[in-house]
Amino acid sequence: MDGIHDMGGMHGFGKVEPEPNEPVFHAAWEGHCFALNRALGYAGLWTIDKSRAAREELPPDVYLSSSYYKKWELGLENLVVELGLAGADEIEAGHALRPGKALKRKLAAAEVPNTLTRGSFARPAQAPARFAPGDRVRTKNIHPATHTRLPRYARGRLGTVEALRGCHVFPDTAALGKGEHPQWLYTVLFDGRELWGEAAEPALKVSIEAFEPYLEPA
Amino acid sequence: MTHNQEEHDDHHEHGSELSEMQLRVRALETVLAEKGYIDPAAIDVIIEAYETKVGPHIGARVVAKAWSDPAFKAALFEDASKAVVAFGALNRVGDHLIAVENTPKLHNMIVCTLCSCYPWEVLGLPPVWYKSAPYRSRAVNDPRGVLADFGVKLPTGTDIRVWDSTAETRFMVLPMRPAGTEGWSEEKLAALVTRDSMIGTGLAKQPSEIA
Repeated sequence: MDGIHDMGGMHGFGKVEPEPNEPVFHAAWEGHCFALNRALGYAGLWTIDKSRAAREELPPDVYLSSSYYKKWELGLENLVVELGLAGADEIEAGHALRPGKALKRKLAAAEVPNTLTRGSFARPAQAPARFAPGDRVRTKNIHPATHTRLPRYARGRLGTVEALRGCHVFPDTAALGKGEHPQWLYTVLFDGRELWGEAAEPALKVSIEAFEPYLEPA
Repeated sequence: MTHNQEEHDDHHEHGSELSEMQLRVRALETVLAEKGYIDPAAIDVIIEAYETKVGPHIGARVVAKAWSDPAFKAALFEDASKAVVAFGALNRVGDHLIAVENTPKLHNMIVCTLCSCYPWEVLGLPPVWYKSAPYRSRAVNDPRGVLADFGVKLPTGTDIRVWDSTAETRFMVLPMRPAGTEGWSEEKLAALVTRDSMIGTGLAKQPSEIA
């Protein structure tokens, strides 16, 4: 979706402000919010793409004015309600008002060390890769209203395939619960001027990780 | 008011906002636990792991090894996920890790313009600035300006390459080894490696900075 989360190249957000000796979490609730997302994610009710989409679908004013973990909390609440795991009335009450559903699996404390690792997103190829390193490609000019990983600044742009990264779960369908539909993934390199015009920093190069359906031959 | 200032206020000044989030997360956690979806003990173990076990010290050891051992460095660029297995605080490091090398001619910088993708297993959880609108918006079109915000000025003749982490591939930068560190142990070298140097918003420390 052409949402506020797609920030590459936007102006007006000001300076980057690194915080010296930054703690991992700035308040206890941030750690709990993070861990709740991880623990419930383990149940396998949604994909990583679906949880990203839940945050992207927050209203733009909420997205911009909420701290990072507040966005995670709001996204998680929305997923929990959307999937019928709990009602908004129960979250409001702060207690379960009805029995829970049976889940496929539940993360036990002893299992945590074995589950913190990211899983693999690689899948067997369904077809030969269409492009090879060195190929010139143009990203498609697409504007789906749903989740995609092709950022706006890199749509309709001419680039070069730099590397083939294997065949991966396709976020655009996985986020919709419509299956993994594995696609070849490429690192595609652009000249700064192709993205930003004549005023681009000289010699700047920017790459994205592009799924094959985002690309056409050029 | 900028986004950053608001975030700052969330954390330090708006007591009501902080309590609101504490209450909200507690309510959600209570509901999820009472419905049998989560084990509160698991929540505590996850928090502890990310606060104490996973962090940029892991990446720093990887960099120090790559500086010291040409065979390891080659393996790191061949398949970083495989090469760093032994370094993980977790049982194994996740797939799709890619290492990129800074040289006098090329400076790499990592960003995720769409969200906050970051190589957790080697760097821990990302800092607030990495997830912030200023960094995500400017890294791809004004990386030299971003570096200036970090107090870094690259020499003339060093080009910049920005990697936008738009898929499940994850990137870590192998910063340049500082001069004057010949013969140093890996442990001593690791002390020169900052988190930011592995994201590409900083350089490795000079020996004088840790003396």
